[in-house]
Amino acid sequence: MSSEDIVIIGAGQAGGELAAALRSLGYDGRLTLVGNEASYPYARPPLSKAYLLGKCSAEELLIRAPAMYDQQNINVRMNTAARSIDRKAKTVTLSNGEVLSYSKLVIATGGRPRQLPVRELSGAANVFYVRTRADIDRMRPYFAPGARLAIIGGGFIGLEVASVARQLGLDVTLLESQQRLLARATCPLVSEFFRRIHHEEGVDVRLQTSVQSYLVGQSGNVETLVSDGGEHIRVDIVLVGIGLVPNSELAEAAGLEVENGIVVDECLRTSDPAIYAIGDVARFPDAGNGALRRIESVPNATEQARTVAETLLGRPRPYISLPWFWSDQYDVKLQIVGLSDEHDQVVLRGDLTNGRKFAIYYLRNGVVSAADIVGSPQDFAVARKLVAAAAVVDPVILADTRITPRDLSRMVAAVA
Amino acid sequence: MVKVTFIHPDGRQEQHEGSDGQSVMRVATSNLVDGIIGECGGDLSCATCHVFVDEVSWRTLPPKTPEEDDMLAVTAVEPTEFSRLCCQIKCSESLDGIVVHIPKAQR
Ligand SMILES: Cc1cc2nc3c(=O)[nH]c(=O)nc-3n(C[C@H](O)[C@H](O)[C@H](O)COP(=O)(O)OP(=O)(O)OC[C@H]3O[C@@H](n4cnc5c(N)ncnc54)[C@H](O)[C@@H]3O)c2cc1C
Ligand code: FES
Repeated sequence: MSSEDIVIIGAGQAGGELAAALRSLGYDGRLTLVGNEASYPYARPPLSKAYLLGKCSAEELLIRAPAMYDQQNINVRMNTAARSIDRKAKTVTLSNGEVLSYSKLVIATGGRPRQLPVRELSGAANVFYVRTRADIDRMRPYFAPGARLAIIGGGFIGLEVASVARQLGLDVTLLESQQRLLARATCPLVSEFFRRIHHEEGVDVRLQTSVQSYLVGQSGNVETLVSDGGEHIRVDIVLVGIGLVPNSELAEAAGLEVENGIVVDECLRTSDPAIYAIGDVARFPDAGNGALRRIESVPNATEQARTVAETLLGRPRPYISLPWFWSDQYDVKLQIVGLSDEHDQVVLRGDLTNGRKFAIYYLRNGVVSAADIVGSPQDFAVARKLVAAAAVVDPVILADTRITPRDLSRMVAAVA
Repeated sequence: MVKVTFIHPDGRQEQHEGSDGQSVMRVATSNLVDGIIGECGGDLSCATCHVFVDEVSWRTLPPKTPEEDDMLAVTAVEPTEFSRLCCQIKCSESLDGIVVHIPKAQR
């Protein structure tokens, strides 16, 4: 038995993966996973997809069977929050008063939905945010056919909930204050595609529209939204999806460097060498240009977990990973690879204005740096290779749909 | 309980039990079986749960959906006629004793 004592705060996608990865790699010291939710680690992506739709059970959400944690001698504390970290004593104090010692501490606390700063909303039972299974369990009974749902925010969560709500027969109005949907995540062409799809599926999409006031009825529920254009929108349910706030207070109170997330180095170490941070809460240097970024995705959380597991076991490994993401809306699967924020050219492969299948490639100085693929896993497979290889491909060839994804892949392999 | 045998690329075997309705991918991740990742959690988005189903077991499997077939294009190792994404294989009595081979890479 080693004398190491690893404590992980946050039993979500990243924390759970780390615990499993440490045991997989042969770590046999003490291992404690502290989580403030009432569940073993579960997958969040289905929350706004199959789980809300009723096509996936709570049990199916679990990433690993509960028995695994016992078998692997992982101490799981559920319904328990970490309250403070004492870096000198190397201890964590929990909400139940217990004090845990650590030799290495990993913070994987994720984030919480950004709240609308509106007083009227705080007591309203029909206003929802989505982050946890409990959030969906509370909201689900309101999702009856014909119910009027207003969604505030046209990001992934808002759009996925809109899609499920339409499939369940709700009346959906979506308000987005920006000029386009998914403004932070994609280019205007893809934004316009998703506006069309949601319009075709019967969502009333209002761009450049904000809520000016919320009218609360006798029940305390929000009954009407007044838009900045003065329009009154009657509602039964309000869903707010306007982004994430990283849960970094614990780290900040302990004096760690925090700035829009917990700042870590390339090995995911905080400003204290015994403390690491991974997942949605971690702000890490990009392997390419060193710029700090925080990524909110499952692949990022789990890959950071597997990377830091190696580092914790004495084989320091920098985090280098090809980012990817997906979203399901109606019959449309969007798959994203790479980071498109610094492109200088956009290449369209396929038809954006008809149908539900196309690929968008993002180029930077002629190099394929990212792609958004809709309805074509074959193109996603190729795009992943192109982005991973930082391939230089003639845009004319990329755009030519007479060249199959398979041939495109072969042509690139031949050049590389 | 349904017995599932995983065979690693180096020939190493391990057998685990899955409960009714549990996917073979979850059986693998719940038992820390190396080489099956299941990054998207069974949402048919990642293809990191690729397996080659043993020929004999293949006949006991319900057919794959068009969506699964499409996603087989994304696997890291070239798929064969016996390839499946094991997040889509749900344990049931009729599959008891199923044998799957793990590919050399998932990404
Ligand atoms: C509805 C929804 C849909 C999504 N869809 C996708 C998708 O399709 N694809 C994709 O890639 N990503 C998706 N994501 C994002 C993805 O789920 C996150 O990126 C991922 O969960 C991050 O993992 P994490 O471990 O960092 O955080 P979490 O999974 O949030 O885990 C953090 C855990 O720590 C707990 N915690 C916080 N503070 C404390 C404390 N002080 N003490 C103890 N415990 C604490 C939290 O309650 C939580 O359980 C989605 C997210 C949501 C909410
Ligand atoms: S787990 Fe992602 S496709 Fe099977």
